[in-house]
Amino acid sequence: MLSDEQKRYQANMELYHSKRPVISNSIKAFVIGGGICALGQFISNFYMTFFPLSQKEAMSPTLATLILLAALLTGFGVYDKISQFAGAGSLVPVTGFSNAMTSSALEHKSEGLVFGIGANMFKLTGAVIAFGVLSAYAVGLTRLLVQMLIR
Amino acid sequence: MRLGKQTWEFKQPVYIHSTGTAVGPLEGEGPLGTSFDKIFDNLYCDEENWELAERALMEEAVRLCLAKVNRKPSDVDIMLAGDLLNQIVTSNYAARQLGIPFLGMFSACATVMQSVAVASIFINGHYVENALVAVSSHHSTAERQFRYPTEFGGQKPETATYTVTGSGAVLLSNQPNAIRVTHATLGQVVDMGVANPLDMGSAMAPAAAKTLLTHFKETQREPSYYDLIVTGDLSRVGSSILRKLVEDEGIKLRNNYEDCGVMIYHQEQPVFAGGSGAGCPAIVTFGYLMKEMERGIIKRLLVVATGALLSPLMMQQKETIPCIAHAVSFELEERD
Amino acid sequence: MEYVSAFVVGGLICILGQLLLDIGKLSPTHTLSTLVVLGALLDGFHLYDRLIDFAGAGATVPITSFGHSLVHGAMAEGERFGFLGVGMGMFEVTSVGISSTILFSFLVALIFKPRG
Repeated sequence: MLSDEQKRYQANMELYHSKRPVISNSIKAFVIGGGICALGQFISNFYMTFFPLSQKEAMSPTLATLILLAALLTGFGVYDKISQFAGAGSLVPVTGFSNAMTSSALEHKSEGLVFGIGANMFKLTGAVIAFGVLSAYAVGLTRLLVQMLIR
Repeated sequence: MRLGKQTWEFKQPVYIHSTGTAVGPLEGEGPLGTSFDKIFDNLYCDEENWELAERALMEEAVRLCLAKVNRKPSDVDIMLAGDLLNQIVTSNYAARQLGIPFLGMFSACATVMQSVAVASIFINGHYVENALVAVSSHHSTAERQFRYPTEFGGQKPETATYTVTGSGAVLLSNQPNAIRVTHATLGQVVDMGVANPLDMGSAMAPAAAKTLLTHFKETQREPSYYDLIVTGDLSRVGSSILRKLVEDEGIKLRNNYEDCGVMIYHQEQPVFAGGSGAGCPAIVTFGYLMKEMERGIIKRLLVVATGALLSPLMMQQKETIPCIAHAVSFELEERD
Repeated sequence: MEYVSAFVVGGLICILGQLLLDIGKLSPTHTLSTLVVLGALLDGFHLYDRLIDFAGAGATVPITSFGHSLVHGAMAEGERFGFLGVGMGMFEVTSVGISSTILFSFLVALIFKPRG
């Protein structure tokens, strides 16, 4: 719990902070994030044109391609520079997921293959997978339960 | 001799005998670049990984510091060193091959002045004749320990600071020389409830203000006594807050106040609000400010090193950041 | 035209993420987790499929689609095998995403060094 003195300090201190530029950050996120999705659409169309795939089936190779691109950009040390500009624009697309996993793996290369790369790979993305699975369980089981009750 | 509760005056001779600094590329390109002894042109400092790079910086700083005055490690009575990494690994491993009695020091980015203060107490008490102090930090080791992997794309706010890559070493001795260590004010831990590790300037400013005000009170000095007062790594955000906090207590810092974190980089370098890290006050003090004193441009200097005693684990347990600041004053001896 | 809808919808989801970061003051990991849960919930009401029909990659590329795909796989098996099927099908649709991320990040970690 914060004391009155601490609260007063934090209120005064706010005056010395430049406000987070929410609007310009959002515009940047919109442009870069939208751009990555449009690129995804292009890749998807490419796969649909040259391989006998439906829109749904093309999704997997499309995501894999974007993941590869992001992993490479992370390796070349470019992705973090893009993200400083784009914020959520490069975090929210699947490329951000790839960057989070690749950067963790890369950073811990110095601790070896198993304890380093293997164990640390999921350091940031582990939470995303865990909560994805947990919420999918919750949603899936609820839907089944509802269906049973209706019948 | 103790003045008041937190300040010690060194009546016996304690002098700066030699200094050594080794820095990374970004610091070398900064406005103080020419004053550092060794500038590595790559962040790896020609080593395999980040931890080895930081160790290379400290070893180089120590080597240069001793070589300048033709001393060997065996001539040194005691070594005090610290850094930001868990178990202060850089210092422990750098001390491994030196064969000097060793004290590991830690108060985050205030480590450098904590170490100088303790070393001066040893010398002032005639327990040793000389003492070696070394402190280091590295952008990437700090980033991966305290924040995210270096290649992770997290967007940082403008209040964030950039950890300085560099190490500063100093040999203190009881043999008379140009610059004397006169006072040390050891700080108390202050926590104003800031919990944002990307805004350490705001977290540390109250600790710096407290130590600074205590120093003025217990030495009965005014800010104008000093030609220059520097804080360690409050950055642009924190140093503005410090001015305000000190002014609220009726003491005005004029243009003899600066911050090492602001001095070390050009404004257009990609460092957000400025530099931080244990190496920041160390390389600015031992690389740049000591040379300015030797030239006689600064005669009386007060260095207030500020430390955010941050632990990622405690942050995740919703704790706030405890902070500390230690001040040491240096004076140029009048020469005939 | 599909490029425009992909751009706009994808961009809007990113703005939502940016607001979670800037106004919600969430960490990047919290933001991604929140969006994944959101995607799963939206799929619970069959809304996310409509978004994909409209925006294509604009809805499949953002991380929200990860939550959606998890639910989809879970439900596909759930329809056939009941409650046990939920666990059996969980990773069915997302398997390419997860396995390729593991593979590529491992390979990149082998070849490159972090630049700092």
